[in-house]
Amino acid sequence: MKVRDIQSEFNLELAAGSRGLDRDVSDGYCGDLLSDVIANAGSGAIWLTIQSHQNIVAVAALKDLAAIVLVNGHRPDDGTRAKAEEEGIPLLLSSESSYRLAGKLFCAGIDLTAV
Amino acid sequence: MEIIKEFKIQAKDFIHAGEGSMEIRNTLKSAGLEADLIQRASICAYEAEMNVVMHGGNGIISMSLDETGLVIEVMDDGPGIDDINLALTEGYTTAGVEVQQMGFGAGMGLPNIVRNSDIFNIYSQKGKGAHLKMRFRIKK
Amino acid sequence: MKLSDVKMILKAEVISGDDKLDIEVKGGAASDLMSDLLNKSKEGALLLTGLTSIHAINTAVIGGMVAVVFVRGKKPDKAIVSHARKHKMPVLSTRFNMYQSCGRLYGKGLKSIEWNS
Repeated sequence: MKVRDIQSEFNLELAAGSRGLDRDVSDGYCGDLLSDVIANAGSGAIWLTIQSHQNIVAVAALKDLAAIVLVNGHRPDDGTRAKAEEEGIPLLLSSESSYRLAGKLFCAGIDLTAV
Repeated sequence: MEIIKEFKIQAKDFIHAGEGSMEIRNTLKSAGLEADLIQRASICAYEAEMNVVMHGGNGIISMSLDETGLVIEVMDDGPGIDDINLALTEGYTTAGVEVQQMGFGAGMGLPNIVRNSDIFNIYSQKGKGAHLKMRFRIKK
Repeated sequence: MKLSDVKMILKAEVISGDDKLDIEVKGGAASDLMSDLLNKSKEGALLLTGLTSIHAINTAVIGGMVAVVFVRGKKPDKAIVSHARKHKMPVLSTRFNMYQSCGRLYGKGLKSIEWNS
């Protein structure tokens, strides 16, 4: 699935980074502790988090993540939007909880272990 | 019936942080208050207590319960809040990295208190600590 | 579902509270940052977190949650375990990461604590 498919299927708002909408998504990752995401997230993962400051874009770029989704209604600050736009990393927004969105994505087959 | 309790809060003492609120929660449960009130009051007490610990002041958390209602107050001698309106904004935090690594500093503390208390008063000035007063109505 | 179902689905190890596996879990809540979970009561929730700290236990107690599952294979130290026991909060640990844990539980019917489906 591509990021744009996930965006439309799960009704996510696009906050920035439309350039990256055709990236492939191979897995999902949930995490709010940046050191953990840096250590454990796999490339091509769509990252669900409530962290909204611009460091998340740097982390996503470093780990070659497919996209970032701010869950639970959290909104990014202007710096984060600008950085995501600059890096071409899709920054999506969801009002759903991390648990629920992760559940839905997983059940839709976005799961590296299912391959 | 009147119950008054007070607990000390120590700056940056993350090991004992939250104990005052946990005790308050136990007291409210023993007093037989309704579950929703206990939940909301516990959340407010805990968030307020954690703010004191995180931001480096010593303080006191107290509760006062009688037929007119429940009041939870937190006072500290920490750095105070420069801009209260900004502090009340969801996601705004002045917490440092070490605090964030502990799972706090998401900038939700004060907004959570606003959401969960019936009446909330906050008095603070930069350099002069903070005083939070959270009130809860008791349904008959 | 019961906590025993959660243990089975997540292939989890029970760190404390093996006498409490019969308790009912009403929904799931997942986060590494504790304040986000305290926006309102999470009565009956299962807390899934990678934050191995006393604050995860405190947040679960304060939020009215019924059990804590540490994900990503994280195991709490003795101080956390004894704190959990003192507050009668069951603690489990699973090797699955947060995404996998949420996915598996959701797939088996455990709804999000704040939502109806």
